[in-house]
Amino acid sequence: MAAEPGLLSGRLALGWLIGGEWRFHPARFLTTAIAIAVGVALGFAVHLVNGSALASFDGAVRGVNGAAELSVTATSPLGIDERLYPQVLQGAGVADASPVVRLDARIGGNRLTLLGLDVIRAAAVTPSLVGIPPQGPASSSDGVFDESSLFLSRTALERSRLAIGDRVTVTANGRNVPLRVVGTLPAAEADAAIGVIDIAAAQWRFERIGRIDRIDLSLSNRRTAEEALAQLLPADAILSTAQARGAQGSALSRAYRVNLDMLALVALLTGGFLVYSAQSLSVARRQRAFALLRTLGMPRRAVVAAVVVEGVVIGIVGGATGLAAGYGLAWSALHWFGGDLGAGYFGGTAARIVFQPAAAAGFFALGLIAAVLGSAVPARAAARAAPAAALKNAGDVLDPRRAVAWWPAAVLLAAGGGAALLPATGGLPLFGFLGMALMLAGGVAGVPWFARSLLAPLARRRGGSVPAMLAIRHLHGAPGEAATALCGIVASTALMIAMATMVTSFRGAVDTWLGQVLGADLYLRANAGASFDPATRAHLAATPGVDRLAFSRQLPLTIAADRPPISLIARPERGGRDPLLVLVERTSSLPASALPVWVSEPAQRLYGWDPGETIILPIAGRTRFTVAGVWRDYGRQAGAVLVDEADYQRLTGDTGRDEVSATLQPGSDATAVGKAMTARLPGALRGQVDVTQPAVLRRLALTLFDRSFAVTYLLEAVAILVGLAGVAATMSAQTIAREREFGMLRHLGLTRGQLGAMLATEGAVVGLTGALAGIGLGLVLAQVLIHVINPQSFNWTMTTRVPLGTLFGVAAALTGASAATAVLAGRRATATGAVQSVREDW
Amino acid sequence: MRNALSGWLALVAVAAPAAVPYPVVRPGITLAFPADHGAHPGFRTEWWYVTGWLRTAAGEDLGFQVTFFRTRPPVDAANPSRFTARQVVFAHAALSDPATGRLLHGERAARVGFGLARARTGDADIGIRDWRLRRTPDNRWTTQIFANDFALALDFRPTQPPMPQGLAGYSRKGPRPEQASYYYSIPHLRVAGRVRRGDRIVPVTGEAWLDREWSSDYLAPQAEGWDWTGLNFDDGSALMAFRIRRKGGGTLWAGGALRRPDGITTPLGPRDVAFRPLATWRSGATGAVYPVSQEVSIRVDGRIARWRLTPMFAAQELDARRGGLPVYWEGAVRTPGGRGYLELTGYNQALRM
Repeated sequence: MAAEPGLLSGRLALGWLIGGEWRFHPARFLTTAIAIAVGVALGFAVHLVNGSALASFDGAVRGVNGAAELSVTATSPLGIDERLYPQVLQGAGVADASPVVRLDARIGGNRLTLLGLDVIRAAAVTPSLVGIPPQGPASSSDGVFDESSLFLSRTALERSRLAIGDRVTVTANGRNVPLRVVGTLPAAEADAAIGVIDIAAAQWRFERIGRIDRIDLSLSNRRTAEEALAQLLPADAILSTAQARGAQGSALSRAYRVNLDMLALVALLTGGFLVYSAQSLSVARRQRAFALLRTLGMPRRAVVAAVVVEGVVIGIVGGATGLAAGYGLAWSALHWFGGDLGAGYFGGTAARIVFQPAAAAGFFALGLIAAVLGSAVPARAAARAAPAAALKNAGDVLDPRRAVAWWPAAVLLAAGGGAALLPATGGLPLFGFLGMALMLAGGVAGVPWFARSLLAPLARRRGGSVPAMLAIRHLHGAPGEAATALCGIVASTALMIAMATMVTSFRGAVDTWLGQVLGADLYLRANAGASFDPATRAHLAATPGVDRLAFSRQLPLTIAADRPPISLIARPERGGRDPLLVLVERTSSLPASALPVWVSEPAQRLYGWDPGETIILPIAGRTRFTVAGVWRDYGRQAGAVLVDEADYQRLTGDTGRDEVSATLQPGSDATAVGKAMTARLPGALRGQVDVTQPAVLRRLALTLFDRSFAVTYLLEAVAILVGLAGVAATMSAQTIAREREFGMLRHLGLTRGQLGAMLATEGAVVGLTGALAGIGLGLVLAQVLIHVINPQSFNWTMTTRVPLGTLFGVAAALTGASAATAVLAGRRATATGAVQSVREDW
Repeated sequence: MRNALSGWLALVAVAAPAAVPYPVVRPGITLAFPADHGAHPGFRTEWWYVTGWLRTAAGEDLGFQVTFFRTRPPVDAANPSRFTARQVVFAHAALSDPATGRLLHGERAARVGFGLARARTGDADIGIRDWRLRRTPDNRWTTQIFANDFALALDFRPTQPPMPQGLAGYSRKGPRPEQASYYYSIPHLRVAGRVRRGDRIVPVTGEAWLDREWSSDYLAPQAEGWDWTGLNFDDGSALMAFRIRRKGGGTLWAGGALRRPDGITTPLGPRDVAFRPLATWRSGATGAVYPVSQEVSIRVDGRIARWRLTPMFAAQELDARRGGLPVYWEGAVRTPGGRGYLELTGYNQALRM
């Protein structure tokens, strides 16, 4: 290469080359930059929203926990025996201990966490939970030990529209208790809705005598304390650290967040393909210019450099625009939809946006890389072309007679399939995503082969209309161009179809499941800790029109400190009395002496509880259960276990029930019976019980489902729009570049109408080919989503349902869009006189 | 007379006095021992307050105070919860070391229940977890205190009988007769024990003063705070003097007693006691200005006697707000022919009790 002049001396020529290209085709440059910007913006926005939501969720968790470094926590809302408290306080390594009664409470319709504290202990251990009463000589209303004194965090105060001095009724554990707001919690976490009362008042007024829920600790020696406490703790208590509590909060939403991040990256990937298509075309069009420069002495590297520099500029412009747009998008998403983007993971906490410089840099870099790679690949191809040949022939560099190799695609697809079979790492389906990426790459790599195989029989066919024949021959004869246009289409279509198939399957599975589990005619649910005592239950069962009532109890149960609590459900279950349980697996035989437990599918996958196994649950100490079956559950992602009502009551002594499913006598009116049942409730309970019919519940569940996938739909739509924009850009660029060809065809006698028909056919064939390849690849990717990503992320399984309507729609839209853009662009290219067109370049 | 409670104590005290029938302090009682050494749980507040001078084997002087407060918050007695704050015990301890010019202090607080805090009746036995002050059947008082920077394990042996204050133990604090407390002191307690500073444990001896006081309505609303002193004289006599300062300046009430070595006690009325500031010290931490050196004058048998009080060192301010107590100055003082403690409250912010 020593004979070739250096890059620097080619500067001027390069400047002309790049500058000229951009002056004449600003729209092309803009489109590619926008494609990158959209990808970066989506990725960054999703990441920011997730990060902000998580930060505020964390804050709320910390707020309620008062940032104690270590806590002894009850495994269920049944609490722990308060007599553990003096033992813990006097344990080795423990400097101080603050007992806490924790209740989910309401003031009117506003939820808050009500904490019963010993203000003296809390002042030393969790000072942020201690309220300072208003100071001043005139004040005489602030007894910190007074049973009616309530301190509210700023958030709780504002949500309930209360002021200091107001009297309020607080509802928790089924009791309505009048309290007086005597002060705020100025040091409490800003986002947390907390109320604090005296611990003795909490036990008495909310009927928790003898029980506490948590003991917050401050430590003089952590190691000693952890060892000493491990000896001391009963089975219904668990030692939990601040980190574990954070992990517990983020565990539930982690898979959802990672999946959204991945989805956003898909948009970026599609943007990269778009850059690739556009740059390929631009390079193809400038093939002769490059060749000329090469013959004039420009080094090969300079050609590559020229195109890559363009990519860099596209990447920088697109990336920067994308970051700004992403920040704006995240802000408005948080503002309008909340931190979980409607999925309900961070219920009740308002998120504030947290800028993340590292993430910003990361997404900018990804955008830049996508743009540079999208440019470098065609640039290398252009530089490889022999200058002399390229100078003469501006056409396709691929020889249509040579067969396209199919094996790289096959290898990539096989590797992807293999990767998808690997298990999850750290609870995340990382190999699943890797597999999807490999399969996507394989699919795109296989596009030229697929297009050729599809077109070859058509091209051999004789007869038919002239425009159609011309179109087919053109596509067959210039396979490189067609393949380039197809890459973007195939990639975005495949991902979109994969997502759509997965969501359809999931929604169908949930719908079927809801139909199976909502088999009763009427549902009653007590909220804010209220419950139906045995007398009320007997009274309810005697309501005219009621055939049978099934009462159940649902409680969160903590199995591990760093995992979200599972749901413990107690229901009449022994002897198969409940037909509503949809079992996916069951044990063949259960020992008569064993206590049966039915675990939900997520619980089975999370904790490895298989049918027939003996497991230990922290119910009434440590109780051994035998897994009698596994049931399908899409409702509780953290897992659930179901025990028989009688077993539960015998073990815990808890006679309360909080849910009723009623089977009515034939011919009774559900609404009327619901009213009659409400009327039979004791007065204190009446306002705290919701009566719903299965249709309403089902609608509610599906609405929730759709809302949680709303972002998914949005991201999908954007991906497909980017893909369509890519198709349009590619088709129009290709068409415009063929001006001379059209001139010649006009000379040969083709009418403008025939030219239009030819272009429309070309466009339609390209679009259809892309759609077919994309849909095929998408259906394969959907299998990875359904059978790998979903079970590994959310621990539930489903069967595939193909959204045929969407498939046809996408195929039609793609075909139509590419045909339409080809015709529109062709109109411009054929507008100039035929003679002029032919003359121009010869 | 003693003390400095605000914080929790004030909060506890001001809330709904009508709901809880606190006993009223009236004249005409006779103190009975050992029962009156023990707690009087019906009353709103009560304290056991020991102050004194210690001397190490190496001849260093140290000042110390050990204080236990008991209060009865106005809670509903019907509450069956074990956490019910029927009684709350606060404790406070400080060690004045002239070698460092610094006050070390620590505090404890707990509500009764679960055996974590106690204030027994019948005889003195009050404690929070491992902090304790009690009287043994052989008439010895003993205390153990474990703070972060220091620890005290001290025995106090009375050398004189208890000294009832005011009218045989009824000590008036304000213009209204119910603004009063039951009050006795035991001066000239002989001290022996050990003091730990950091990791260094040294044996000590010395002389201390015990104040015992219980009341339901201590401080008049127009009062700002008080100055108090208790002095052990080398000849065996003892002086207690206090004045309650009025908000905006002046003296609202005053009193005290002088007991001679022969046991004859002269009670001092509001006109018999005067405090005159001689030097002030400004706290860098709180900005409060304390008259740390004062001249105490009393009129006994028509004659005026004066003592000039000089602090061991000036910086003996206690910021006990974290432990639910106020900011005040509690320091070891010298006077010609004797030694004792001076307490200055309400200089940072008016006290509410």
